[in-house]
Amino acid sequence: MAEVVSLAEAVRSAVHDGDTLALEGFTHLIPVAAGQEIIRQRRRDLTLVRMTPDIVYDQLIGAGCARKLIFSWGGNPGVGSLHRFRDAVQNGWPAPLEVEEHSHAGMANRYVAGASGLPFAVLRGYAGTDLPGVTSTIKQITCPFTGEELAAVPALNPDVAIIHAQRADRAGNVQIWGLVGVQKEAVLASAHSIVTVEEVVDELTPVPGAIVLPSWAVTYVAEVPGGAHPSYAQGYSDRDNTYYQAWDAISRERDTFESWVSREVLV
Amino acid sequence: MTETDLTYTTDEMMSVAAARALYDGASCFVGIGLPSTAANLARRTHAANLTLIYEAGALGAKPDRLPLSIGDGILGETADAVVSVPEVFNYWLQPGRIDVGFLGAAQLDRFANINTTVIGEYASPKVRLPGAGGAPEIAASCREVFVVVRQSRRTFVEQVDFVTSVGYGRDGTDRARLGLPGAGPTLVVTDLGIMRPDRETNELVLTGVHPGVDVERVREATGWDLRVAPDLATTPAPTATELTTLRELQAATGTDTGE
Repeated sequence: MAEVVSLAEAVRSAVHDGDTLALEGFTHLIPVAAGQEIIRQRRRDLTLVRMTPDIVYDQLIGAGCARKLIFSWGGNPGVGSLHRFRDAVQNGWPAPLEVEEHSHAGMANRYVAGASGLPFAVLRGYAGTDLPGVTSTIKQITCPFTGEELAAVPALNPDVAIIHAQRADRAGNVQIWGLVGVQKEAVLASAHSIVTVEEVVDELTPVPGAIVLPSWAVTYVAEVPGGAHPSYAQGYSDRDNTYYQAWDAISRERDTFESWVSREVLV
Repeated sequence: MTETDLTYTTDEMMSVAAARALYDGASCFVGIGLPSTAANLARRTHAANLTLIYEAGALGAKPDRLPLSIGDGILGETADAVVSVPEVFNYWLQPGRIDVGFLGAAQLDRFANINTTVIGEYASPKVRLPGAGGAPEIAASCREVFVVVRQSRRTFVEQVDFVTSVGYGRDGTDRARLGLPGAGPTLVVTDLGIMRPDRETNELVLTGVHPGVDVERVREATGWDLRVAPDLATTPAPTATELTTLRELQAATGTDTGE
């Protein structure tokens, strides 16, 4: 059963140096506050998994928490580049960053395999691209029934999945609605999970299209209103588009980024 | 009522030309930025029954402004169906249910291969770009692909530094050899003109120029010896309706979408 705790406590208990973490949320419900708590607790040597490492991972990479990134699209959505990610890849600052690069279809299927308890996933993907040449976790496989050549990608089984959701009840059942991305798969693929929520309520009333992660599939729930900012939580908040643009300036230079971390995160 | 200002920018011409290529009743897998602008313009002008599919899980999104990100709330709120990301790729894209994939590019080459990964060597890139996203499988599995991108020598190169999404492969013959389900890029729309692959060789050929653009200017903005179709067309200028609709969409968006 999930324990309802503070975010600091959840990160302290679940996230360790050297862990593989998946912070998921596809533009909607990005667990940004949890990412900043990891920076505050100065975790190091993390392997960060995420389909779209946007601002949340730019912050973790710039703060020196990451050793490796497993991803499929790394940009500031609607704005441009991720400067801290680029600086790490191009110049090794603040530390060299190993990358393992896939497509969205490949990453989504890797989570599905992980959630399904299978060693790998099969998809019709990557054919003709240069990705298999640079990513050792993309292989070819022959269908035993038709002989068709397909792509195989290994399951993702992170140590900890971290997501943000609209709400949970006091028993730790989690309710998510709107664009649900790959969060359910990430939680079920991982050994442990932290879910930050907008609010903890007495009872989860039904919402059209909502999914529920039962309490026994979740490790920690932490109430963090606005924990997805600058992304949004449908029904609670709107996306702060201005912040995404402001991030471009904050992150562009090392010193502006470092003063932002000291001022906004390490306090 | 004020008259529509019929003078237009090259970007407006590009968005209008790209929108015109989308046909009513089609389903279209849309990337953010220029493709999304064109697709939304098409839906509000000649293609009211265009089904817009965004990789965040919105099937049949009907935004009344341009979405600012691939998972903008307005996409989910206006969609016919909201599905998970694995479902978008596995159930909807992979089996070949989608008519048109609408993509951008950081580099595009002679055989319409797309690079959005790195400029320079992969191991020590000059510029690290965002990467693949959904594009490799969109390019492989949609029935056809349209590319919309501004034209310059930096972007239109003889050979892309990295094949993120395959057009017709390094020598123009890969697509058939690999047995990819979709036809591949059938149309490239830029701010200068329109290119289509040669039927025999799959090399991109200039088939149209926008008003006021001469062929030499397009060739100068292309990093290979661009061939020109014998029956070169001139794109009709944007109509008042197209310009008004495009400008209303952009005004409703409020913030610059960037790319």
